[in-house]
Amino acid sequence: MTASTSSQLLTNLLMSNSSKKQFWWNNAQYRSLFFQVVLVAMVAGFFWFIGSNTLQNLEKRGISTGFAFLSQKSGFGILQSLIPFSDADSFGRTFLVGLLNTLLVSALGVVFATIIGFTMGVARLSNNWLIAKIATVYVETFRNIPLLLQIFFWYFAVLRALPSPRQSWSAGEVAFVNIRGLYLPQPIFGDGFGFVGWTFVLAIVATVCVARWAKKRQNETGKQFKFWRTAFGLVICLPLLVFFAAGSPLSWDIPALKGFNFHGGMTIIPELTALLLALSIYTATFIAEAVRSGILAVNSGQTEAASALGLHNSKVLKLVVIPQAMRVIIPQLTSQYLNLVKNSSLATAIGYPDLVAVFAGTTLNQTGQAIEIIAMTMGVYLTISLTISAIMNWYNNKIMLVER
Amino acid sequence: MTVHITTPTPDKAPPASSVGAVGWLRKNLFSSIPNSIFTILGLLLIYNLVPPAINWAFFTADWVGSTKGDCTSEGACWVFVIVRIRQFLFGFYPPSEYWRVITAFSLVGVLVAWLLIERTPKKGVVAAFTVFCYPIIAYFLFYGGSFGLPVVETHKWGGLMLTLILATIGMFCALPIGIILALGRRSSMPIAKSMSVVFIEFWRGVPLITVLFMSSVMLPIFMPETWQFDKLLRALIGIVFFQSAYMAEVVRGGLQAIPRGQYEAAEALGLSYWKTMFFIILPQALKLVIPGIVNTFIALFKDTTLVLIIGLFDLLAVVQAAFADPKWLGFSVEGYVFVASVYWVSCFSMSRYSQHLEKKLHTGHAR
Repeated sequence: MTASTSSQLLTNLLMSNSSKKQFWWNNAQYRSLFFQVVLVAMVAGFFWFIGSNTLQNLEKRGISTGFAFLSQKSGFGILQSLIPFSDADSFGRTFLVGLLNTLLVSALGVVFATIIGFTMGVARLSNNWLIAKIATVYVETFRNIPLLLQIFFWYFAVLRALPSPRQSWSAGEVAFVNIRGLYLPQPIFGDGFGFVGWTFVLAIVATVCVARWAKKRQNETGKQFKFWRTAFGLVICLPLLVFFAAGSPLSWDIPALKGFNFHGGMTIIPELTALLLALSIYTATFIAEAVRSGILAVNSGQTEAASALGLHNSKVLKLVVIPQAMRVIIPQLTSQYLNLVKNSSLATAIGYPDLVAVFAGTTLNQTGQAIEIIAMTMGVYLTISLTISAIMNWYNNKIMLVER
Repeated sequence: MTVHITTPTPDKAPPASSVGAVGWLRKNLFSSIPNSIFTILGLLLIYNLVPPAINWAFFTADWVGSTKGDCTSEGACWVFVIVRIRQFLFGFYPPSEYWRVITAFSLVGVLVAWLLIERTPKKGVVAAFTVFCYPIIAYFLFYGGSFGLPVVETHKWGGLMLTLILATIGMFCALPIGIILALGRRSSMPIAKSMSVVFIEFWRGVPLITVLFMSSVMLPIFMPETWQFDKLLRALIGIVFFQSAYMAEVVRGGLQAIPRGQYEAAEALGLSYWKTMFFIILPQALKLVIPGIVNTFIALFKDTTLVLIIGLFDLLAVVQAAFADPKWLGFSVEGYVFVASVYWVSCFSMSRYSQHLEKKLHTGHAR
């Protein structure tokens, strides 16, 4: 800090002129050095204390340290796995399965929470009195009830009350809901489907290029380009064309009741549904508040000035209100996404096999390697948190540059 | 000189369709076709949700009785909650000692009200008593073991009482640590600063569950064997670390909002760092962040439900355990609604209070 250094200089100057002897402990630099050395010594001592205790305790309990356990055979099954997993696989693989399940529920939760949150945030500002009130009641109700309670409510009170497999509710005899989960038809990709996928990827790349070109041309010449029409044609129509040209290489595996349960298709376990419902509904209330505060933060003079320039409503929103509101919304949105990822660890309470439930739960109980496992679990969440906040900070800085 | 007195013709009344109830309806509910559609959809939603819910909860509900057989109507069976209300509030605390819990909570209620209500005298003395004497009194009331009070082991604590204890102790201990961390993070000493940053970002980056797991599984490994921590204390240690990181960020927000001139003026007066902080900066900064502190308290209050995962019986866990009673199967909705309403009423009133404070404290200092 410049102020403190300049005042130090002043003090030093005054001191040197006076006849008093200057003691080293009156010098701010030495003092801060001394203080920091003491601090480091204390922290190091604390860690040494913990470390030596840990070694002693582990020796007494006969627990070996290290990550060798990761390659041992796990010997338990997991309810839901995105990669092939059996009880013959290693503990290391349980880590992967748990991590993927955490990422799955977080990604789905982020999508749903964003959709509900933005809708509700805008609805709270609606000029329709009833809609605004309904949105307010929604936000105030769900954000003041603990998330764990909401998860329990959906899982134990709602999803447990669903009918048994034989009395399933069905939607057009292709999708079924019962107490064991949600059964959906599963797409089976035929031989030529790879072409469709690649066309889609290429179309997205092309769209990005077109967008850049259109923006550049508008900046240089002022000519606007019908971007959305082109984007729609490239991203949606082109892959569809390829799809039909390849002879519709897609079929559906429809679940069917055989004996006491459904077979075939895709199963969404009730644990996932309950967790997803609670996470999205809970986080959406906070996102709604962020959106509302963001939109309210845009000065009404901005909207009026834009209208005075002759922009019509949708342009006012797109060019004036949303870019400014986003600057307020993005930081809050980031922290809500992070909360959602961290809160997905509540899965363990209802038995959804996420990282904490599988790895810090079952695997820890089986191996007893508490330190390694908890450290790995915390490391994963820390990495996710720090990565998301780094990306969001970068984005935030990027859009902040526009501001004067 | 002539004076012309002209009486202006009275204004025409606005059209009937734009004033009164009709005007309000047109303006707020049916201003356009999409708006009308939304209104009708909203009305349908309310019609389908609210009357059945009210019927279930009040008009067709059972309130009196003592067994499951007393719940004869279709609605909610509040008998379940009423029969077990003591357990929901006090856990397994011996009924003969309930007065101790009630005394401790009433005392803190009076003290906090004294501090919050404006124009009560001697706030300083009351605050000092709350901070230094009350914790000791509360410890002996809850735990006992002295003054002729029998010991009540912490594994018997439970229900709403445990929830409140976890939240208040967590908050009470996290605030000073949070202040130190916030000062550290804004310090000009590089090592102190980076240590604070690492501490804060670490605890903020991990979920509370893993913190609780860590404190319940790893604390016994980290400490010498002779040091015994009971389950409640282990949970509390985890909660305090976790909460202090969040508190530090709230306090930092307040420190950043204090104009530079305040620091410089204090320095010009020749005040030392600690004097500057204690007499000039912190009083202003903490006043600014009271709403933020209340908000983190609300978050902590909701988060205390997580202790059920490590086997403590807070309000939610006690209710959840009651569902397993074979005499009372099938009343989970009633139980959840009860817990939800307890949390909702507390959190909603606290957040309203914090909004009120935010308005009251908005004195133009914040930048």
